[in-house]
Amino acid sequence: MTESGDPLTVQTESKPNPIGEQTDKQSNGEGPTIRLMTTLDETTQISPDAADDRLPMQFPDEEVVFELEAVSCFYGSFRAVRDVSLQVPKNQITALIGPSGCGKSTLLRSFNRMNDLVDTAHIEGSIRYHGVDLYADGVDPVEVRRRIGMVFQKPNPFPKSIYDNVAFGPKVAGYRGDMDELVERSLMRAALWDEVKDKLRHPGTALSGGQQQRLCIARAIAVEPDVILMDEPCSALDPIATLKIEELMRELKENYTIVIVTHNMQQAARASDVTAFLTMGDDRAGYLVEMAPTQNLFTRPEHRLTEDYITGRFG
Amino acid sequence: MAMPTAVTTRDAVEQRLRAGGGDTAGLLLQGALLLSLLVALGVLLVLIGDILIRAIPVMTERPADFLTSPLSSRPARAGIIQGIVGSMLLMAFVAALSLPVGIGAAVYLEEYARDSALARLIRTNIRNLAGVPSIVYGLLGLALFVSAIGLGKSLIAGGLTLAVLVLPIVVITTSEALRAVPGSIREAAFGVGATRWETIRGHVLPYAAPGILTGTILSLGRAFGETAPLLMVGAIAGTFSGGGLGDMLTGSYTALPTIVFNWSGQPQDEFRSLTAAAIVVLLVVILLVNASAILLRNRYDRKW
Repeated sequence: MTESGDPLTVQTESKPNPIGEQTDKQSNGEGPTIRLMTTLDETTQISPDAADDRLPMQFPDEEVVFELEAVSCFYGSFRAVRDVSLQVPKNQITALIGPSGCGKSTLLRSFNRMNDLVDTAHIEGSIRYHGVDLYADGVDPVEVRRRIGMVFQKPNPFPKSIYDNVAFGPKVAGYRGDMDELVERSLMRAALWDEVKDKLRHPGTALSGGQQQRLCIARAIAVEPDVILMDEPCSALDPIATLKIEELMRELKENYTIVIVTHNMQQAARASDVTAFLTMGDDRAGYLVEMAPTQNLFTRPEHRLTEDYITGRFG
Repeated sequence: MAMPTAVTTRDAVEQRLRAGGGDTAGLLLQGALLLSLLVALGVLLVLIGDILIRAIPVMTERPADFLTSPLSSRPARAGIIQGIVGSMLLMAFVAALSLPVGIGAAVYLEEYARDSALARLIRTNIRNLAGVPSIVYGLLGLALFVSAIGLGKSLIAGGLTLAVLVLPIVVITTSEALRAVPGSIREAAFGVGATRWETIRGHVLPYAAPGILTGTILSLGRAFGETAPLLMVGAIAGTFSGGGLGDMLTGSYTALPTIVFNWSGQPQDEFRSLTAAAIVVLLVVILLVNASAILLRNRYDRKW
């Protein structure tokens, strides 16, 4: 996000205008610098090709689900993501796009502490979820993942029945209500119910790829999460199944906040409200180039790197 | 480097395609490989055939009597019931001890332990332990269970020794079965808010169960056939304390392989046939154990 005078911050139709909030926060008269990042860590070196003329998009506090401040992700000593600061707005679809290896999946997996499962992984900076630092002492990653669900690149249903796939999450969460009803509701919301209602006891692995992915979405929403993270959910699917998932995402955002990683630009353009473009620096670490309302980012990219990427000149 | 352009007229193509003069070296190698197979199979067949022929007198004259009679120094009355009972009890012991401990150790190593240098060292050493000659385990059992702990030359000491012997095999096969469960399944379970233990109990262990079962059954078969460590820790083929299960566990005992070893050293000719018959029983049991493992594996074989 830029200074309020920048034409790019003019909001697209439906979104609440964040500019008022933003200018309130930035009461001093500094120029359009990378102020937010540098105030967090004075020593941080922003590479010259970073988006030094555009602030991360900001939203009113109550609209912010995730707030990342100078987040770096490491595998051992290798830095995979460098100094990403951004906000993820509530009940919208935020897309993370960028070339392969730019760390967007790594970044996404740090949103629900999935990267804890990798022994060597750790992060620096802070990721606040509704204001709470997810990596603070005493935060239970299990509870984090219960609220922040995930759908993976390759559909990964359990080799169990469709019913058990959906019921597993609620079961371990101690759900005491009507499980049949919950399974039906979850499958309906995932737009899969009509196709599987007569074979709930059949193995989930026998479904088609697109159905499996919708089953995984049903499984994710069965625990009533707040956020759904999607890590290239359509990359293993055919175009028709992909469209179904995208349609589903648009319905789901009524109730959930969705963050999706994709390297399919058309998908980001079609399905998301806000897009963050990441790329890889010379040190092979991914960093945020710019983040903007999707329509703006694709029609009037602020940064040269973004323009090159979305016009297909690289990536 | 530019490849030479291939001539593509019909005659040229036909000439090239039909020019192959046969692969002599390949045929020779194939023959050598076939020969290796025949040698291996041949030795096995001769061995089994020899044993079966020797076993014929006992197997035809008193098959039931042989299986149900106790040991005797008189060949005409000697049987192997004590060996069968002893071996079964040993197996039960091994199963009860090495399965929980071995599976537990493997679950910890694969699912909980961080991938540290220490963990790798332990993994490597478990592999080495599986390769340690069984006589060494016999010595360990003698020093530790028989003497130090004071169990004496009892069936308990023998069972413990065999359990320790197969423990590394159980750990290795369980580890492999656990590793065959794809990480995406664990991620899926963690992703809906399962704890580590819920993930393991609900998904990883059930999906790995056929593999674990197959491996452990095979290791039980191994324990069934082991002789050397049992000789060290006191399985004998002589006097027996009779009575209930308690006496059987703490008193002197024998096992099928021990009987085979003992009989094969007897001078009387009649014992040749008895030995062969005991071997046949031993082989049949081991074959059954292995076959059940293979059946289980095929039945539950999972494609990811």
